[in-house]
Amino acid sequence: MNVIVIAVISLGVIAFILAVILYATSKKFAVYEDPRIGKVAEALPQANCGGCGFPGCSAFATACVNADSLDGLNCPPGGSKVMNNVASILGLDAEEKEPMVAVVRCNGTCDNRPTTNEYDGAKNCAIASSLYGGESDCSYGCLGFGDCVDVCKFDAIHINPKTRLPEVDEEKCTACNACVTACPHSIIELRKLGPRSRRIYVSCMNEDRGPVARKACEVSCIGCGICVKTCPFDAITIKNKLAYIDYNKCKLCRKCVDACPQNAIIEVNFPVRKPRVKKEDEKGAAVTKKKVATDANQTMKAEGSKVKKVDQPKTDQAKE
Amino acid sequence: MSNKLTVSLSPHIHGGDSVQKNMYGVLIALIPAFIVSLVFFGLGALIVTATSVAACVFFEWVITTLFLKKERSTIADGSAIITGVLLAFNLPSNLPIWIIVLGALFAIGVAKMSFGGLGNNPFNPALAGRVFLLLSFPVQMTTWPVVGQLTTYADATTGATPLALMKGIINGAPGASFDQLPDSISLLIGNNAGCIGEVSAIALILGLVYMLWRKIITWHIPISILGTVFIVAGVMHWANPSIYASPVVHLLTGGLLLGAIFMATDYVTSPMTSKGMIIYGVAIGFLTIMIRQFGAYPEGMSFAILIMNAFTPLINAYIKPKRFGEVAKKK
Amino acid sequence: MLKTFSRGGIHPKENKLSAHQSIKTLDVPKQATIMLSQHIGVPAKAIVKKGDEVKVGTKIAESAGFISAAIHSSVSGKVFRVDKVVDASGYPKDAIVINVDGDEWEETIDRSDELVKECTLSSDEIIQKIADSGIVGLGGACFPTQVKLTPPPSMKAECIIVNGVECEPYLTADHQLMLEHAEEIMVGVSILMKAAKVNKAFIGIENNKPDAIELMTKATASYAGIEIIPLKVRYPQGGEKQLIEAIIKKQVESGKLPITTGSIVQNVATVYAVYEAVQKNKPLFERLVTVTGKSVKSPSNLLVRIGTPIEQLIDAAGGLPEDTGKIVSGGPMMGKALTSTNIPTVKGTSGVLIFTQKESNRGPSQDCIRCSKCVSVCPMGLEPYLLAALAEHKEFERMEKECIMDCIECGSCQYTCPAYRPLLDYCRLGKAQVGGIIRGRQAK
Repeated sequence: MNVIVIAVISLGVIAFILAVILYATSKKFAVYEDPRIGKVAEALPQANCGGCGFPGCSAFATACVNADSLDGLNCPPGGSKVMNNVASILGLDAEEKEPMVAVVRCNGTCDNRPTTNEYDGAKNCAIASSLYGGESDCSYGCLGFGDCVDVCKFDAIHINPKTRLPEVDEEKCTACNACVTACPHSIIELRKLGPRSRRIYVSCMNEDRGPVARKACEVSCIGCGICVKTCPFDAITIKNKLAYIDYNKCKLCRKCVDACPQNAIIEVNFPVRKPRVKKEDEKGAAVTKKKVATDANQTMKAEGSKVKKVDQPKTDQAKE
Repeated sequence: MSNKLTVSLSPHIHGGDSVQKNMYGVLIALIPAFIVSLVFFGLGALIVTATSVAACVFFEWVITTLFLKKERSTIADGSAIITGVLLAFNLPSNLPIWIIVLGALFAIGVAKMSFGGLGNNPFNPALAGRVFLLLSFPVQMTTWPVVGQLTTYADATTGATPLALMKGIINGAPGASFDQLPDSISLLIGNNAGCIGEVSAIALILGLVYMLWRKIITWHIPISILGTVFIVAGVMHWANPSIYASPVVHLLTGGLLLGAIFMATDYVTSPMTSKGMIIYGVAIGFLTIMIRQFGAYPEGMSFAILIMNAFTPLINAYIKPKRFGEVAKKK
Repeated sequence: MLKTFSRGGIHPKENKLSAHQSIKTLDVPKQATIMLSQHIGVPAKAIVKKGDEVKVGTKIAESAGFISAAIHSSVSGKVFRVDKVVDASGYPKDAIVINVDGDEWEETIDRSDELVKECTLSSDEIIQKIADSGIVGLGGACFPTQVKLTPPPSMKAECIIVNGVECEPYLTADHQLMLEHAEEIMVGVSILMKAAKVNKAFIGIENNKPDAIELMTKATASYAGIEIIPLKVRYPQGGEKQLIEAIIKKQVESGKLPITTGSIVQNVATVYAVYEAVQKNKPLFERLVTVTGKSVKSPSNLLVRIGTPIEQLIDAAGGLPEDTGKIVSGGPMMGKALTSTNIPTVKGTSGVLIFTQKESNRGPSQDCIRCSKCVSVCPMGLEPYLLAALAEHKEFERMEKECIMDCIECGSCQYTCPAYRPLLDYCRLGKAQVGGIIRGRQAK
């Protein structure tokens, strides 16, 4: 009995002394931190993704607290909701930022872009691109080994096994820029998410001459310039035989999508349109002149708009 | 040409070496020791080895296909078979089957697969299994059958091993003397009690020569271990010949040769550079002889190797190979 | 005791299927595609345009920087276009495409076979002539020769080392060149000695070419200061740093140029090209290429005009075999796999290797078993297993500390690895990234 009492008392005394020492040192050696940093840090998503340009959320919080204004400071995963929170904690104004999303500018699916050789080696885009341009005749297109998938912290991009192209989940994408820098062919770009998530872009990076580009991929941009002439807002420019749509000038009128003879321009999240009658064949049935390209980024079901040309057999070029 | 060309980065040729070739080469090197064990321990050796190999392969197959859900189990590369054989060679030939199976489970399940399988384990799985059994079942693991009982298994007559005798002499056990040790020829061919695979020096050395010829291992680890043991034991014997055995006896007894040739040279748990291997070998040799002379256990090899396995990452981090064109540090 | 380098190295099967095949001159192609970037450094600038008439030996592109080289037409005809063409790198690059008409050579070129021994030009004149003739290293690296012969003022050359090693399996063009043109090579070496202002030269030849060693040793009798050094057969003996170490027993310091050891290394084919340029006024527009492979009908050593499509070389060796799986430009250890047979030859094409389907695929790759065989074969004393793992995990700063920039990309590690790990693929990736980091740091 005595032993138990002595043990309890002595342990209790030791614990008390240690607690006092700990309290004293925590007070004496305390580092002053602006309490606002903690509050701001709590309001952040805690993903530590680096999308803000700072090494982690607490570094970003410190930068916000020490800055005079929130201009130039933005948390892409948090978006305007989080920035407004931060602004209200600090008594500043958050700048209005358009939500952005990653866009994969290549539509070279297995059907559109036949493979002409087999790659053997480490399945890594950076390594493959150091060897050559890829398994097809288009040396600018997506290599398909998924460096972008490996680097995404938000599970927002995956390779579709049927098309072998990456697909971005626009709900999860935070536009943190990781996949943009990971892609060795610079295929992925951050573009405006757009009103009602609608956007239009040229889904091709091919800078070869027209005949060469067309041979490599059925939906490549041949640099013909029809889209430039068609655009009423001067939003499209051609450089190195490749068209590019400026997302700040584009008003989403969709005239270029119709005009492109190669179906290289993609519209995302627009309502399905009826196929236009261009000519009649001998039987008198209505056929359209062109195929609609498969859009890897269409989130709406668009089965009805995929019209195939009746007299051209669908060549299955997936695998030999 | 109907087929597509394959495109890859250089080099475009390969030397033809494979994990399987190396593993099966080690197995071939173990054959002489196995044959000797059958000659001296008969049925017991066969049962223990077969049980150990079957258990190790079974556990690896179960873990890779059912738990890890891999598409192909890794038993084909031969490393589970080797773990089984080496574990068996470290056990007495009268060990009950259920103990062997437990040892195999620990060796494969805990010491190898839980770290990620071949290539990722920090400790030698066979030795980890052996030490686990030694600590858990000290009595069964330290009673060895006398040689020559070819048809008995669990109920074999047991007797002292040379190492137990040597420990007795050091501790001053009454009646113990060096005359009771088997002569050198017996020690060489294996006519003495001990674990299945460790008794015959000649069989193990044959295995070493084979592996060196096939370039499966290099000389650095075995020679540095044996050399260190010889030198340290030699110094101690010269200082006090009445209680410390001669270095030749040390080399030929116990698990030293088996450990130096087959266990310490395990790819995964040994250092990657020649300099590192020599440091590793010297340390193992030193620890072995210290445990043998001053420790509580008669045999120190397993503990010495496991201790140095823990140091291997440190050796790899600090001992770098001599770089070509190394810029001489200016003082 | 044969001389050799100090560490690592492997001995792959030599497979010299085209050995002792005498040099055959390949027909002129119908259309020649001459790449503007056939050398290390700035690509050359085209000085002809569509429709221009050119002759064999006409300069069609001039050097565009200090480290750059001129390019001369290898055919006579009319320039079809100056455009981007996919070359061995897999990406479209600038090239001059010429439609061939006949085989008319520039009048200044001396086409006779007579050996011209005397060279009356001064050292600077020789270097200028080499530069004007577009000579680059023909061993594969294609470094402009005139730059190697003009070391920075703080460094002085003491000897010339000629690389007659040809350590890669399958390749035999250099061997055949030494057998058929030993005297010209000797004159070439003397010219280089004069240009570099040295009086010693060593020619390293691997011991698996005893007839070349004997012939070349006899030829050195009438030339001062040249010595033939037989070397142990070991890959990568032909690597610049390994060759220097074997011959003059000095190691090139990490991060420094080979000239710091006082030696200038030139491939034996480059030496022959120097002879032809200086003594015969013949600029560099053709070279020897080995076409070989286990399934090739007639493995040969061909004299090829630069710009000929690979297809024509393969046809001359008996045509593309049915079961072809891979076509490699260069040797099997360091060569580049091609995507098609339309790729044009460049100054650096030393061989065309055809691999069968069975030989073309790597085995499945496993986890590293830490056998340390890669460490023991690395000729630069590196740890490939560690460098590959670091590259996979993108730890580029640590790779720099582990001396990744010393890697000569010889491939010995991947050749040896029992787990079939793509070690060199990852090391190359890491080297490129670390190189970028270092350049970024130096730019600040």
